[in-house]
Formats: sequence, C-alpha cells, structure tokens
Amino acid sequence: MSNKEWPLWEVFIRSKQGLNHKHVGSLRAPDATLALANARDVYTRRSEGISIWVIESNNVHASDPSDADSLFEPSDTKVYRHPTFYEVPDGIKHM
Amino acid sequence: MKNEALYNYVLRLGDDSLILGQRLGEWCGHGPILEEDIAMTNISLDLIGQAMSLLDYVGEIEGQGKDHDALAFLRFENEYRNALLLEQPNGDFANTMMRQFLFDAFRKPLYEKLLESTDQQIAAIAEKSLKETKYHLKHSSEWIIRLGDGTDESHQRAQTALDLLWRYTDELFFETADDVSLVASGIVPSMNEIKTQWSKTVQSVLEEATLVIPTNNWQFEGGRRGIHSEHLGFLLADLQYMQRAYPNMKW
Repeated sequence: MSNKEWPLWEVFIRSKQGLNHKHVGSLRAPDATLALANARDVYTRRSEGISIWVIESNNVHASDPSDADSLFEPSDTKVYRHPTFYEVPDGIKHM
Repeated sequence: MKNEALYNYVLRLGDDSLILGQRLGEWCGHGPILEEDIAMTNISLDLIGQAMSLLDYVGEIEGQGKDHDALAFLRFENEYRNALLLEQPNGDFANTMMRQFLFDAFRKPLYEKLLESTDQQIAAIAEKSLKETKYHLKHSSEWIIRLGDGTDESHQRAQTALDLLWRYTDELFFETADDVSLVASGIVPSMNEIKTQWSKTVQSVLEEATLVIPTNNWQFEGGRRGIHSEHLGFLLADLQYMQRAYPNMKW
C-alpha cells in the first residue's frame, strides 16, 4: 500500500447572503473533483452555502509572520489614510 | 387491504432505503478518512429519511395506524422486502462503494420516472429524494472510476467487489404480476425501462474504471419475497434491539 498522502485543499464557501467566498477550512482529497465533493459533505451539511471553491494549499503563498512588524505596523500611525477628515456638505444625505 | 399491489411496491422502496441506510451507518467512526466517514453517514441519513417518508406512506396505504417506526422496528426478517444486494455486509471500502454504485444507478432512473407518477404522494417523495440520489450516484461513480483505474490493489479490490455483487443485481428489477396493474395506471414505470438506463450507466462507468463485468451470470433472488441471506437477521438485531428490549420507548 502506498503511503503517499493526498494533497491538502483550502475550502471557500459563498453563503446565501454573501457576495464573496469565505475561507472555511481545509481537507484532504486526491483531486479537484473529490475535493469539491468532500467540501460539500464536510462544510455544507447545515445549508451553509450555495457555491464552493477549492484550491490546493500548495498554491497559496502567504506572508511571513516574522515580517508582520515591518508589513503592518507602519500603517497603525497613519490615521489620515482613513476617509474621516472631510466636512460633509449639508446637501448630502445618507452618509 | 384496498391496494395490496401499491402497498407491496412502496414497501420494497422503503425497505431498500432503510436497510442500505442502516448498513452504511455502520461506517460511522470507521471511514477510511474523515471526509468519507462524513460522506457515507450523510448518505446513510438521506436514505433513512427517504425510508421514513416511504414507510409512512406504506402505513397509510395499509390503514392500520402504523407509522415508519412501527414498520422499521417491529417486523420480522421474512416481512422485509429489500433486495438481497442491500443487506450484504460492508466488506472493504471498494465493496461498499460498488454496492452503493450498483444501487444508485438503479434508484436514480427509477425516481426520475416516479416523478411522473399519477400517485401524488409517490411523485412528491420522488422529487425530494431524486436530488439526494443524484449526488449519491455521482459520489459512488467517481469512487468506482478512481478505485478501478487506480493502483493495482484498488483495481483488484474493486473487481473482486464487482464479481461478488453482480449476482445480486437482477433482483433489483423484480416485478410481480400485480405490478403490471400499477404500470398500466401510470403509478410506476415498467422495470424494463429502468434496466435499460441502469445498464447504460453501469457499462459506461465500469468501462472508464477498467473493470470487467463478470461473465458468470448466475443470479440470486429471494429478498423481494421475504427470503433473505443470513446477514439480515444480524442487521435487524442491531436496528431493532432497543424497541424490542424496551417496547414503546421513545427518546
């Protein structure tokens, strides 16, 4: 018997109200067709979704957690990047 | 009974679903991988749900106030009308998938025809069940193709399962003289039609799976007449124990 492990897949589900697919977890499957079938069985049993994406985890490239300081902290002090420094003219409603 | 032919026909449908559902449920916690464990128990619950609707209707036709629980838990072995295929032990994963595939390929065209039944209750059950059964067939077909056309070992196991289970397939298309009246009044389709479609599905999937249909075509039958293999008694002991030991218990 072969001990080769099946590849890992990341599962994204779009819910009934949602416009975007959200990451819900991962699973193992031998190929894309069965990854979709497994995702249906594991992640949509309680009517969670109306569409499924799967992507092999190998194909996901992630930022390095040890770079977090240099990547994300500089923006913490730059509040002016939020669009909150405008006077809203009187005539504009629904803002 | 007012409509014995219909009673017998729906009982066969209900018992097929109930017995296969119970068998598949035995995989709970024992699946080869987590995902398949969940898949098989999902399918098991679909089948038991179908059995509930079908057996409730059987009780209604009989008119003696029996519900699905009374029919599932309080009949004896020789009162069950499921095909022998469905009571066969799970064996290995290839054997379970082969049994499932041979049955799903039969159930799907049957439900498609029952959608047009002149009996509204049957048509309604078929409509709900067909959606589930379509997925069951896709799931089992994909596995048969991958096991058959996979490694040497998986091919061997799938072929062994086919050789073992093929002899139970003719019985699925069992038809009584009484059924002819049901066909004539448009309540159920003729089994000839279903068998043609079943053969088409089975041949194309097995061919893709590089599996060979056994040439020895000796066939078992008996389940539809209440004559079962030795396996059903053990299955019913599991299924019925609580209700037999503690009559009328509920939880």
